[in-house]
Formats: sequence, structure tokens, C-alpha cells
Amino acid sequence: MSEIQDRVAALLAANDPATTDRLEFLRARFDAGLAWVHFPVGLGGMAAPRDAQPVVDQALAAAGAPDNSPRRIGIGLGMAAPTILAHGTDEQRLRFLRPLWTGEEVWCQLFSEPGAGSDLAALGTRARRDGDDWVVTGQKVWTSSAHNARWAILVARTDPDVPKHAGITYFVCDMTAPGVDVRPLRQITGEAEFNEVFLTDVRIPDAHRVGEVGAGWRIAQTTLMNERVAIGGRPVPREGGMVGVVADTWRAHPERRTAATHDRLLELWVESEALRLAGIRLRQQLAAGSPGPEGSAMKLGFARLAQALSGLEVEFLAEDGLRYDDWTQRRPAMVDFTGRDAGYRYLRAKGNSIEGGTSEVLRNIIAERVLGLPTEPRVDKDVPWKDLPR
Amino acid sequence: MNLLYTDIEEDLRASVADLLSDRAAPATVLARIESGADTALWGELARMGATSLHVSEGLGGQGAGYRETAVVAEELGRSVAPVPFLGSAVLATAVLTHLADDPAARALLGRLARGETTAALVVPLSSWESVPDGRGLVRSVADAAAADVLVVPVAGVVHLVDARDAVVTPVTSLDQTRPIADVDITGAPTTPLAGPGDDAVRAALVAGAGILASEQVGLAQWCLDTTVAYLKERHQFGRPVGSFQALKHRVADLWQSLVVARAAARHAADALTTGVDVDIAVSVAKSLCSTAAVRAAEECVQLHGGIGMTWEHPAHLYLKRAKADEIALGTPGRHRATLAPLVDLPLQSTP
Repeated sequence: MSEIQDRVAALLAANDPATTDRLEFLRARFDAGLAWVHFPVGLGGMAAPRDAQPVVDQALAAAGAPDNSPRRIGIGLGMAAPTILAHGTDEQRLRFLRPLWTGEEVWCQLFSEPGAGSDLAALGTRARRDGDDWVVTGQKVWTSSAHNARWAILVARTDPDVPKHAGITYFVCDMTAPGVDVRPLRQITGEAEFNEVFLTDVRIPDAHRVGEVGAGWRIAQTTLMNERVAIGGRPVPREGGMVGVVADTWRAHPERRTAATHDRLLELWVESEALRLAGIRLRQQLAAGSPGPEGSAMKLGFARLAQALSGLEVEFLAEDGLRYDDWTQRRPAMVDFTGRDAGYRYLRAKGNSIEGGTSEVLRNIIAERVLGLPTEPRVDKDVPWKDLPR
Repeated sequence: MNLLYTDIEEDLRASVADLLSDRAAPATVLARIESGADTALWGELARMGATSLHVSEGLGGQGAGYRETAVVAEELGRSVAPVPFLGSAVLATAVLTHLADDPAARALLGRLARGETTAALVVPLSSWESVPDGRGLVRSVADAAAADVLVVPVAGVVHLVDARDAVVTPVTSLDQTRPIADVDITGAPTTPLAGPGDDAVRAALVAGAGILASEQVGLAQWCLDTTVAYLKERHQFGRPVGSFQALKHRVADLWQSLVVARAAARHAADALTTGVDVDIAVSVAKSLCSTAAVRAAEECVQLHGGIGMTWEHPAHLYLKRAKADEIALGTPGRHRATLAPLVDLPLQSTP
């Protein structure tokens, strides 16, 4: 631990946060191995245990150092980086990880397609080999940050003649390449948080392939596993999150209270508090070195509560619940649950049980992997992708 | 705040679970259901020290805490063993530890810890917050028929009454594994205990509600485990019924609610042990775990299909215990009403 503190002190001595350019400081921090301490030496880390990271973050924040706005570059940090670290080449790691971490290059994820949502392995975006390049054509959807991303992680079909899981390859796609067309995808809130991405004969050098040809499905699991870890979240105080917003609305409007909404609010307050405790318990299990499958319970509970709480809030607000703050097509960089009105929260929360794995798919996963129930009979597993009905 | 089970608690669980799987398997409980409390099993639990865990060593107990008591309650919930644990080891014992400056209370605690005697707190099992008065007929008292000594609140003072001097009338109970009785101490000689009786009883109700949450978690766990095992083995339409998503999703939801309920119950047990955040932790746990346990037991019956509706299958024991536990020591709605002012969410504003 003292080595980490020495490094932090040395970084701060050589780069006074008060006078150093933000980006220069972040680059220096990366080069000092203090970006993500559990990463290898030379790639922004020092091969230290993951739980040493808060020590670094807190010491640097206390010294007034800038951070890399982690929420703005969540896809790069949470999904692209662990995948490139685990499956990329040395050249890819050296090229991509530093500007990814500093935020100089924003990343997005080209996974879901109009015809491949829950069944991601059915994806139809085609990548054909042409000399040293791959030529990619297809359509991706639900891509956040695509409009300001420099790079994307992409899964595409390289072999339609084998069963669907076997014919997928994982790439890094240059979002500034010719043939990449990003269009806003307007959602029920009015805003366009996400994009549709149309790929037309986009050339990707073979050097930007991640892992073996045909290994894309397995590699994508690394990405998605890290997504679930990221959604698992950090510790929240009592009444943190959606329940706190609704509780404050209740406190602000004594004239609107009824016995019926009172009991419902308390029921949801209790469930929110218990889910918060379950999150604390989950982290205690992780810290004790005995991670359980309880993480998948968190997302199910979070989605259900966010929807029920925001629905109650709109109803409770009565005549104000009939209004909406703004239908214009905003382009938010991230979801802002607290900065907008109740109607927005209600509509945006509908996505919580869809994004990052629907609640229905999550229940299948719990039933099969946690409880050991048998799978549904499958008709698509051993059929060449090109012969699947769609 | 530690929401996990310590190694010591896991050891305790293992020995209690061993005893119960040997002596109180669901089929055994079902077979002797008309016979009232299982006094032999109760004696074994007392000899293990499992009935006096949260009593200090100075008072003859094990000097552990409510965390450990909660682990025993979980296992008893898993087996719905017919022993007077709640009435004697939790409620009556909690009242007596609160009044332990009184020599008669101390003496009784020692006898309870050694397993020489069994007590019951004479309040309706549905009591919550306000302390009922023990004069006249007190209905629906848990574990009273198994008690040698009755612990009775009368006008702010707790009295001890020899059960042979009172009229204890067993009634037909919804939950046959925790039978209730009506109690009338009119005319019986009593030993009043010095100390704040109402505070002692109120503290016992809080401790009882917090411990019941753990019992409910154990009960729900049995219902989930038993249902999942059945869904794997039962075939209809040429496949295990557990391969149908309509059923899978229901047990996945049960599992999810159990993960959350367990965290709440552990928090309540931890709070009762440390004395920090007790009232909120207990009412969160009791309201949430009551609902989770009833739902688990109802789903257990439904997902077993026809066999779940028979007397022969033990699922009904769990449904009856879950439904009685939901009422016991405060319904979910009453606990939410208790929480409202504690978390600054009142129905009416107080100026």
C-alpha cells in the first residue's frame, strides 16, 4: 500500500494539479500506473489488487486532481478495456487503452441489431475478408455515445454456414471510417440518448480484429460480464436513488397525500432499503472472497422498483403529473434521472427492464444457472445461421 | 454492519440443521402434528444451548447474541419444527433479560437456559407496538400450552404465573406447528417483577419481530428448494415442467425476493445485536420477509400442482406457518405504519 502512496505523491509532485493541463495530468497518471491499478504494468496499472483503487482515487481527489469523467466514458472503461486487455494483441493494448482511459477517445458498442436483441448470437451484420481488410455491412441499434465515439467494439458474422454462435468475430471499428452512418434513435422520452448505426462496406484492417476468427461470441461474453458487474453498482446511502426522489416529492406535497399512496410508498421504501442492504451484502461477499450469484438479483429488483416508484410519483403528483417537462429531441451524454421531472423518470425507467439484458432473459439465466432448471428445448443451436428462420 | 454469516454462525447452523433433519424432517412433523410441542426435541435444543444464545453467561445463557438466535430461527423455519422457541426462548426470555435486576426473573432465566422449564409471554401473537393487558381472557397466545411459567404484563408490571394456576385452553390453530391457546390468569397467585414492564414487553416484541424475519427466510428457502427440486423431477408434455419459462420465471422471482429478504433479515439480527438502527431494521425486515415467506409458500403449493393441495405433502405446514407469521408481531401494514414517522414519511404533517 505504501508503494501506491509513494507513487501518488510522486505523480502529484511532478504534475501539480493546480497548474497542469487536465489531459496532461491524466496521461501522466496513466503512465505512472495509477489509472487502474489492477491492470498490468505499462498499461496504466501496477498489477495491484483491485481494491487498492479507491485509495488512489481518494488521494488524488483530495489533492484536487482532475478525473477522467468515468460516467461519460463508461462503455470504454467498463466493456471495451477489459475485453481488449483479455483478448487483444499487444499492439492493440498499447494503441487503445491509454486514450480510452484518459477519455481522449470515446468508445461505443456495436452489438444489438434490429433482428438480434435478446438473441444477440443471431446477429446478421456481415464481415467479409478482402485482402488485409474486412468489409462490414449491416445495421446496429441502441448504441449510446456513437455520435461522439472514435472507436467501437463490434461483433459481426464472418461465417454464415456454421451454427450462429460459431460464426461471429470481434472487431474494433473506427467510427470515423467511410461507410459509418450514425443516426439518432428517438425514444419514448423524446430525447435521443441512443443511435442507430448503419455500416455500409466499412473497411476494418485485420489488425483490428480482437481474438480469433469465429471466437467473437466467447469474447463478447467478457464484455457482457463486465457490463453486469458495472450495473451491479456501488454502495448507496439509505434513500439514495429513485426512492429518495419520490420520498422528497411526498414530503413536499402534504396536500396530495392519501392513505392508499402512503402505504404503497412505504412498501416501495421498504423494498428499496432491502435491495440496498442486499447490495451491501453482495459487496461483503465479494470482499470476503466468496462471490455468490446474488448480483443478478440486483438488476431485476432495481428495474422493478425504479418503474414502480416513478409510476407512483406521477400518480401522486395529480395535476402536475399530467404535465411533461420537455419533448424536444435532446442528446444527453448520460441518463439524468434526478435532473428532470417525474414523467421523464417514469418513461425512462421503462428501459431499465430492457437494457443490458431484459428481465425475462435474466429470469431464464437465474432459473438455469443459479437454480439448475433445465433449458427450454432449443431449435437453433445446431443449425447453420443462414438456415435459421427470421 | 455485517450481513454475512460468521464461521461460528455457520457451525451453529450445521449442528441445529443436523438435529432437525434427524428429528424434525417434514414427514415427521406432519405425522405428529396433532401431538402439540415436541418436548423431547425442545430438550435437545436446550442442551445444545440453542435456546439461550442471546442470554448473557452471567444469567446462565450462552453469551452470544441475536445474530446467533436468528440463525437457529432460520433453521427452525426451514423445518417448521413444533417447538416453543418463539414463545419461550425469544419473547419470554427477552422480557426477563430486560428485567434481570429482579431475582425471580434471574432465577427463571437460569432454569430456562438449562432447559428445566419453558415459558410463554401472555400476549396475543398478533401484538405489535402497544402492550396488551394480561387481565381477563388473553386470546391466541403462542406456545402457551407448552409453558410451565406464564410471563404476564398487567398494568405496566410483568408478573410470573405458574401455568397450573391459570386456565390455559388450547384452541384449534391455523398454524398447527406453533399452536396457540387462550389464557386466563384470573385468581391465580402471581409474582410481580420489579422494573419497567411495558418497556420490557415492547423490547421483546421488537426482538421477536426481528427474529421472526429470519424464521421467514428459512421457511421461504425450504419452499424454494423444494419447489425447484420438484420442477426438475416432475414431467408433463414429455419434458420436466421446470423447463417451461412460465414456471422458471416464477421461481427466479422467488429466488430474487429471497436474496433481498435475507439481507433485510440479517440486518435486523445484526441491529438487535448491536443496538444500532433497531426499530427501522426490524420493521423493514418483518414487513418484507412476511410477504416474501407467504409468497414462497403460496407458490410452493401452486407449483406443486395437485400434490401441493394434499394433506400428505408437507407444503401446507409451511403455508400455514407463513400465513400465521405474517400476522404475528405486526402485519406488514402495521410495520409500515411504524416506519412512517421513523423515516420521515408521515401521512399527516405534524406542524
